[in-house]
Amino acid sequence: MSDLLYRGAEWSFETIRRSYEAIERIAEDELKLDVYPNRIEVITSEQMLDVYTSHGMPLIYRHWSFGKRFVGHESAYRRGLMGLAYEVVINSNPCISYLMEENSATMQALVIAHAAFGHNHFFKNNRLFQEWTEASGILDYLEFARAYIASCEERYGVRAVERILDAAHALQNQGVHRHSGARPTDFRAEEARARERRDHEERVFNDLWRTVPTTKADKGPDGEAERRARLGLPEENLLYFLEKQAPRLAPWEREIIRIVRLIAQYFYPQPQNKMMNEGCATWVHYRIMERLHEQNRIDDASMLEVIHSTTNVITQPGYDTGGGPNFNPYALGYAMMSDIARICEDPTEEDRRWFPDIAGNGDAIGTLKHGWAEYRDESFIQQFLSPAVIRRFKLFRLRDDTEKPYLLVDAIHDAEGYRDIRRSVARFYDPSNLYADIEVVDVDLSGDRCLKLRHRTETGHLLDEKDAKATLKHLADLWGYEVKLLEVDRTTDSVLATHIASPPRVPA
Amino acid sequence: MDIIDRRPNPHGKNLENRRRVLDRARGAVQAAARDAVAAGKLREVGQGGAISIPSDALDEPSLHRVFSSGVREVVLSGNRQFSTGDKVQRPPSGKGGGGGPGQAGGEGKGEDGFRFVLSRDEFLDLFFEDLELPDLVKRQIATTDSLAVSRSGLSSEGSPSQLDLGRTMRHSMARRIGLKRPKPELVDSLEDELATLRGVTGSEERVAAIEAELVEARRRIRRVPWIDPVDMRFRRFTVTPKPTTRAVMFCLMDVSGSMTERMKELAKQFFLLLHVFLERRYKRVELVFIRHAEVAEEVDEDTFFHDPRTGGTVVSTALQEMLRVQEERYPAESWNIYVAQASDGDNTGADTPKCASLLRDRILPQVQYFAYIEIASSGAVIRGETDLWRGYRAVADAESRMVMRQVGDKRDIFPVFRDLFAKRTEAT
Repeated sequence: MSDLLYRGAEWSFETIRRSYEAIERIAEDELKLDVYPNRIEVITSEQMLDVYTSHGMPLIYRHWSFGKRFVGHESAYRRGLMGLAYEVVINSNPCISYLMEENSATMQALVIAHAAFGHNHFFKNNRLFQEWTEASGILDYLEFARAYIASCEERYGVRAVERILDAAHALQNQGVHRHSGARPTDFRAEEARARERRDHEERVFNDLWRTVPTTKADKGPDGEAERRARLGLPEENLLYFLEKQAPRLAPWEREIIRIVRLIAQYFYPQPQNKMMNEGCATWVHYRIMERLHEQNRIDDASMLEVIHSTTNVITQPGYDTGGGPNFNPYALGYAMMSDIARICEDPTEEDRRWFPDIAGNGDAIGTLKHGWAEYRDESFIQQFLSPAVIRRFKLFRLRDDTEKPYLLVDAIHDAEGYRDIRRSVARFYDPSNLYADIEVVDVDLSGDRCLKLRHRTETGHLLDEKDAKATLKHLADLWGYEVKLLEVDRTTDSVLATHIASPPRVPA
Repeated sequence: MDIIDRRPNPHGKNLENRRRVLDRARGAVQAAARDAVAAGKLREVGQGGAISIPSDALDEPSLHRVFSSGVREVVLSGNRQFSTGDKVQRPPSGKGGGGGPGQAGGEGKGEDGFRFVLSRDEFLDLFFEDLELPDLVKRQIATTDSLAVSRSGLSSEGSPSQLDLGRTMRHSMARRIGLKRPKPELVDSLEDELATLRGVTGSEERVAAIEAELVEARRRIRRVPWIDPVDMRFRRFTVTPKPTTRAVMFCLMDVSGSMTERMKELAKQFFLLLHVFLERRYKRVELVFIRHAEVAEEVDEDTFFHDPRTGGTVVSTALQEMLRVQEERYPAESWNIYVAQASDGDNTGADTPKCASLLRDRILPQVQYFAYIEIASSGAVIRGETDLWRGYRAVADAESRMVMRQVGDKRDIFPVFRDLFAKRTEAT
C-alpha cells in the first residue's frame, strides 16, 4: 500500500507533484492525450474571485465593469449563495491551471486531471480553438492591453478612456469575425505593430498640416456598389468597422477598440463548445481517477470523494426543479462522452442502427478524440446525441406558440421523438441562435454620414428595445454621427422596427 | 510542469475596479445609503453594511434578441408525465423560457438590484458627504493646549540615543576622504610587501621607501580619526502644540408623560446620527445623557432610552444639569461641546424665559453648536408653535450657533439632520 499518492485530506506541494506525475502517466500512455505544457498555480479564494472577475484570465485592464462583477461575486460568495470553482484553466501555452488552496488532496488530483489534462487536451486539439485563438500569445497581449490602457488613462484621463471602453464593451458581441478570415491573431506581432504605429505617428506629426486648406472631399454621390466595396460593406464586425472607418476617432481610441475586439475574438469560441469542453474534461478526470484507484494509487475514501464531487457536478435538474433549456454543460457533456465510449465498446442493437460507423469499433478513446477535435457543440449533438442519452435525461420538447393559450408537448423521448429532440437541442447550441445577426450595410458619405445597420430576424424575435437604444447610443458616440438600425424580416425583407440614435452633443 | 504558489501574491487586485464602480454608481449608492438610514436601520449606520441599488445604475447594454411572439421550441429534461400531444398550461410570466442569450451581465443582478457591501468608512463618507460641522475651525485654533513631539531635522549635538548613524557615517567618510586618511588595507599591503622584501639583497632602497611611507601613513591615521565629533548628527525633536480633537455631546431629552415611546424613538435616531457624525470629525467623542421631567439627572444610555418615566416638565433643570456636568468635567477650553435637545415643546409656563436666559447667557457662549429638535404631535400646540419653541426662537434668531427644527415623522429625521449640517457657502 506504499503506492498511495497521499493519505488523508491534506495536500502539500509534494503530493501535488506525485499526483501530477501519476496522472500524466495515465493521460499520456493510456489515453494518449496531447497537451500543452502545464503550469499549476495554487491560489486563495480571494484570488479566485479576482480570476472570476477577469473572465478567468490572470490579468485584465482596469474598468468599472470588472469591479461590478467582482462586487457581485464577492457578495454572493460571502453570503454563501455561490460556491467557488475548484479550478480555473486558461487556454494558453503553457496551459495555466489555478487550484484553490481549500481543496483536499483528492480534489487537487481530480482538478489536475480535469483541467491540466482534460481541458488542456481540448484546447490544444479542438478545431475551433485552433482556428480562432492563438494560445501562446494571449497572456503577453493582455499584459500589453493593460499597460496600454493604463497609459491612455494617464494621458487622456480615466473618463475619456472609460467612454471608449463602455461603448466597445456594449458592442463586443458584435465585435468578432464569425465567418470569414478565421485566422488566429498573432498577439505578439499585434503588440509590436501597435508600438510601431504609435512611434510613426509621433515622428510624422507636423502641426503645419493643420493649416493646409482641405480640398472639397465629396464629389457628389458615388455609386452605391463602389462605396460599399470601398468600405468593405456589409460588415458584421461592428468594432472592426469602427476601428477602420469611424471618422472622428483618435488613434489611441481605435487601438482601445481593437484591444476589446481582439479579446472578444479570443473568447468567441468558448460558448460554442463549452458543453463538449466540460464533457471532455469531466470524462477524462473520471477515467483517470478510476485508473488511479485500480492501480491502488488512491484509497477507497478518496475514490468515494471523487464519485461524490463528480456526481454533484453532473447533476441535471429536471424542468420542474429549476432546470431550464440551458443544460448543465457538465451533465450533458459527460453523459454524451460516456455514452459514446459505451457505444464503441458495448453497443446495443439500437446503437448499431443509429451509429453504424462507430458502434462496436472498440476504440472509445480514438472515437472520442476525433469528436473532440473536429466538432463543436451544435454539430457534436447533431451527430452523437443518442436515444439512450435522450431517455436518460427524459427529454421532451415544448412548442410555444404565443397565439395558443397552452404549450404543446410535440416530442418526447420515444422512437418518434428522438430525431426531433436531437435537432432542437442542436439548434439551441447553434451560434447563430446565440448572437443577433447584425451588420453595417451602408454609410451616407455624401450626406449626413448616417451609419446604417441591419438586423435580420423574424417577427417576434426583435432586439430588446431598451438595451438596443442604449447600445446604439454608444455606437453613435464612437461613430460620431447618427446611427440607424433597421430590423428586417429574414425572408421578406420587410422592416419590423427602426432604432435611431445620435451622438451626444459635445461642444466643439 | 511547474507548480507555483501564488498565494503570497499581492491581494486586492480589484480594489481599484471596485472603487470605480462605487464612483460610477455614486448617486445611486448614496441614495440607497440614505434610504437605509431613513428606513430606520440606524444601528447599522455605524457599522457600514449591505445596501442594494437599482441595477440599471450599472447597466451594461448589449444588442440581444428577446422572444415576444411567434413560435419557438424548447427542449427540457425530466419528463415524468407528458406524452406527445399533451397540452400544458402556460406557466405565469414565461417560466421555462428565459429568452435565449440575454444574460450577458453575469451574476450579481437580480430584479431587486445590485448589492454592495460597504465598509464603515465608505458608508459614512457617502452618507455625510456634503455635510460639515459648523463653526469648527474657530474653536480649534483657540484651544491648542495639548502638546505633541515631532521630528524636526538634525542637530550636531544631542543625546547618544538619538544619534543618526547613517548621516554620521556619511560625514565621517567625507571627512576621511577629504583629509586623505590612508585606508587600513594600504597599511596592511605595505607591511606585507615589507615582510617579503626584508633581507632580500638589492631591495634596500625600496625597503627604505616603504618604511618612510609606512611611518607617514601611520601618522596620518593617528591624526585623522575614524569618527570626529564634527561628524556627529543627532535627530532633533521639537514640541508643537496640537489642536484639540475631542468633543463631548450632550443629549438632552424630555421624558415627561407627554413624550410617547414613538417620540423618544425619533429623538434617539437624531442623537445617534449626530453621534456618528461627530465621530467622523473627532478622534474622541464622549456622550452625556441627561433626561428630565420635573428634575433632571445624568443617566447611562440604556436608562436614557428605555427607562419609562413620567411627570411634569421643567426644561431649565436639564440645562442646569448640563452646565453642571460641563463645568465639572468638560472645560470649554479643551473640549468641543455639542448639545442636542429633543422635546415635545411642553414646558411649565414660567420656566421658558428662564431657559432662554440660561441658553443665551451661559450655555451658548460655551458650546460649538446647540441643536434643538421639537417632536411635533401632542396637545401642547398653541397656534402651531409651542411655548418653548417661541422662547427658543428668540434666542436662535440672534445666535447662529443655535438651530431648531421640527420633526413629525421618522422620514423627517434625516432631511432635518442634513438641513442642520448642510455645507453653507459663507452665509454668516
